[in-house]
Amino acid sequence: MSRLAVPKTYKLYIGGKFPRSESGRVYEVLSAKGAFLANAAKASRKDARDAVVAARAAQPGWAGSTAYNRGQVLYRIAELLEGRRAQFVEEIRLSEGVSAASARSQVEAAIDVWVWYAGWADKYLQVAGNGNPVSGPYFNISTPEPTGVVAIVAPQQQSLLGLVSVLAPVILSGNAAVLIASETAPLSAISLTEVLATSDVPPGVVNVLTGSPAEIAPWLAGHADVNALDLAGAEALDWVDLQIAAAETLKRVLPPEGGAPAPSLDRITFFTETKTVWHTKALI
Amino acid sequence: MTSFLDYAPAPESTSILHLRQSYGLFIDGAFVDGHGRSFSTISPATEEKIAEVSAADAQDVDAAVAAARRAYQRTWSRLSGADRGKYLFRIARLVQERARELAVAESLDNGKPIKESRDVDVPLVAAWFFYYAGWADKLDYAGLGPNPKALGVAAQVIPWNFPLLMLAWKIAPALAAGNTVVIKPAETTPLSALIFAEILQQAELPDGVVNIITGAGETGSLLVNHPDVNKVAFTGSTAVGRAIAKSTAGTGKKLTLELGGKAANIVFDDAPMDQAIEGIVNGIFFNQGHVCCAGSRLLVQENVADEVVDRLKQRLGTLRLGDPLDKNTDIGAINSREQLDRIRELSDIGEAEGAQRWSADCVIPDRGFWFAPTIFTGVETSHRIAREEIFGPVLSVLTFRTPAEAIAKANNTPYGLSAGIWSDKGSKILAVADGLRAGVVWANTFNRFDPASPFGGYKESGYGREGGRHGLAAYLGSAGSAPALTRGAAQ
Repeated sequence: MSRLAVPKTYKLYIGGKFPRSESGRVYEVLSAKGAFLANAAKASRKDARDAVVAARAAQPGWAGSTAYNRGQVLYRIAELLEGRRAQFVEEIRLSEGVSAASARSQVEAAIDVWVWYAGWADKYLQVAGNGNPVSGPYFNISTPEPTGVVAIVAPQQQSLLGLVSVLAPVILSGNAAVLIASETAPLSAISLTEVLATSDVPPGVVNVLTGSPAEIAPWLAGHADVNALDLAGAEALDWVDLQIAAAETLKRVLPPEGGAPAPSLDRITFFTETKTVWHTKALI
Repeated sequence: MTSFLDYAPAPESTSILHLRQSYGLFIDGAFVDGHGRSFSTISPATEEKIAEVSAADAQDVDAAVAAARRAYQRTWSRLSGADRGKYLFRIARLVQERARELAVAESLDNGKPIKESRDVDVPLVAAWFFYYAGWADKLDYAGLGPNPKALGVAAQVIPWNFPLLMLAWKIAPALAAGNTVVIKPAETTPLSALIFAEILQQAELPDGVVNIITGAGETGSLLVNHPDVNKVAFTGSTAVGRAIAKSTAGTGKKLTLELGGKAANIVFDDAPMDQAIEGIVNGIFFNQGHVCCAGSRLLVQENVADEVVDRLKQRLGTLRLGDPLDKNTDIGAINSREQLDRIRELSDIGEAEGAQRWSADCVIPDRGFWFAPTIFTGVETSHRIAREEIFGPVLSVLTFRTPAEAIAKANNTPYGLSAGIWSDKGSKILAVADGLRAGVVWANTFNRFDPASPFGGYKESGYGREGGRHGLAAYLGSAGSAPALTRGAAQ
């Protein structure tokens, strides 16, 4: 006799907690064949703002942790994801309508992206920073620092790999993220938050919203406490309008990518600021 | 009664200048008449006209961009990095050779003291070209990815506070990276750029590689919004920077912005006080405070606040305000009537909001634009003089008790360009520097600039860096992605 399954309630991930949308709204997530999979929370402007508040609160502590520590946390995400491969393969297979082999390859690629970026945490600063030979008795050094709070529109396709490919480079340097998941395939994003919550990622460092990117993204693009905007998955939105809204507070903006961006140092350094410190040397 | 402050005038002679009565636009290697309404550039110290200057209209901007595009395609992009570098070295040497002339022109047109244009601006201009000259054939070593590529035509708009230095900050890295340039100097300070055009002719820089077009904001807007430019670099106000960020959105033009600031200069009670006083003065009164990274908010630890303010007032009493061309002058003229009006307005608001105003007792010349060095005490973080960029010789003094409070107050601004820390305790300096959200932090010094040292802001002070290895990135194509890492990861 077959057992009756216990389906999961898919909710938002804000400040380390799993709330429903404050609006009480949900939307139907369908399989590629149109079958009902779940009701995902349909995040509102208020949810987006709550997520920014949580991100801002968490960011200094995360940036203040050691690079070694951040690297280990990112690596732990990979470890836990490895152990839960089957769940992600199943969610991707259903919601994206791809073969099990294709879904497996996406999940494995996502795990490897975490591992790649984990190793950068205590190295990117050495590669992107340097001492400067100024003409005078000064110690002078330029080093990158996290930009702050980054809003991300995750790629709409390859729902897990796309998300990981934009999230990992943002948080490894010490930024906090507010991420809008793939609209049609949000399940693996929410399941990933369960991994994040148990990987020692401090609450608020990653916040995930599900719902309509077209509805939520403008609020984040115009939010004065967001420092940067990654439009990787916004190619179908009016993304130029988002960039214009972001210009009001001179946010750093990455344009749409169309698909999961390849791992790159550029993605890390784009969400950092170079700080140059001069210090006098005694004349002895 | 004479005092030690009375000096015989020692003005630098203007006979070294060979100015023309009127200047055209420098397009495709030659001066041509502009089609816009020409304007006068005046000396802000005397309000006397120096020369008539052409204004570029849409047709002229088209011509300049077309010249830059042609030069990019036919000449500059085909030249070896080594040859590009040699041109830049030539320019550096010519600037050194004509340094005195450039310094006099700069002080005449801008109003800054000759000792600053002579000892800071012009030497740095030469240094900037010399530094980036050496990068031109070494771009592969810049750590910006394999085989980095120029962007194409760079549109550059620069401000009036350091006219020639800002030109060097823009042109040197652009050319080193292999781009061609159309640059617009500020409306009130075109003179040194036009003399620089003659230097380009002497250097035999290929025609069209650098085009210099003069005009007001409208010309700048036409330039940055021209469809055939690949790169936009702007230094100026945050309001204009914001407008450029909006108008270039979605165009694919690479944008770097160096905008306003409201820097905190933090003085701890264990600071080397003699140096700190000099550093505070240099931080806000250098170049009449017309400095985007000026230390315009003095954050002083409460227990030494009275002492610091007293000593500051004493020191300001010894500054000499007057003829920018006089070698003894410390404080020159405000660059324009418009800027003077803004400084006066914000200072009046400071008083109206309840801060206490003190100005140095100095003789203000009858003609020209002047503003005495001014300190506001009792300033609160909500006051407009603590929040808005005044861009003049006006210092707002606030106090703090703990390092954490100093950091919080320093960061309590939408800007994030620069900051200063004064303490003899190294560990405290490094910890505070870590906490400051600013692109340049000066510890026990202020307002230091060097071509090897990246400069640029956080937050609404803009993005991108100028100077150093980082400054090259603003003029090169994206480094691209890392090679495939693992199976599937780079799909």
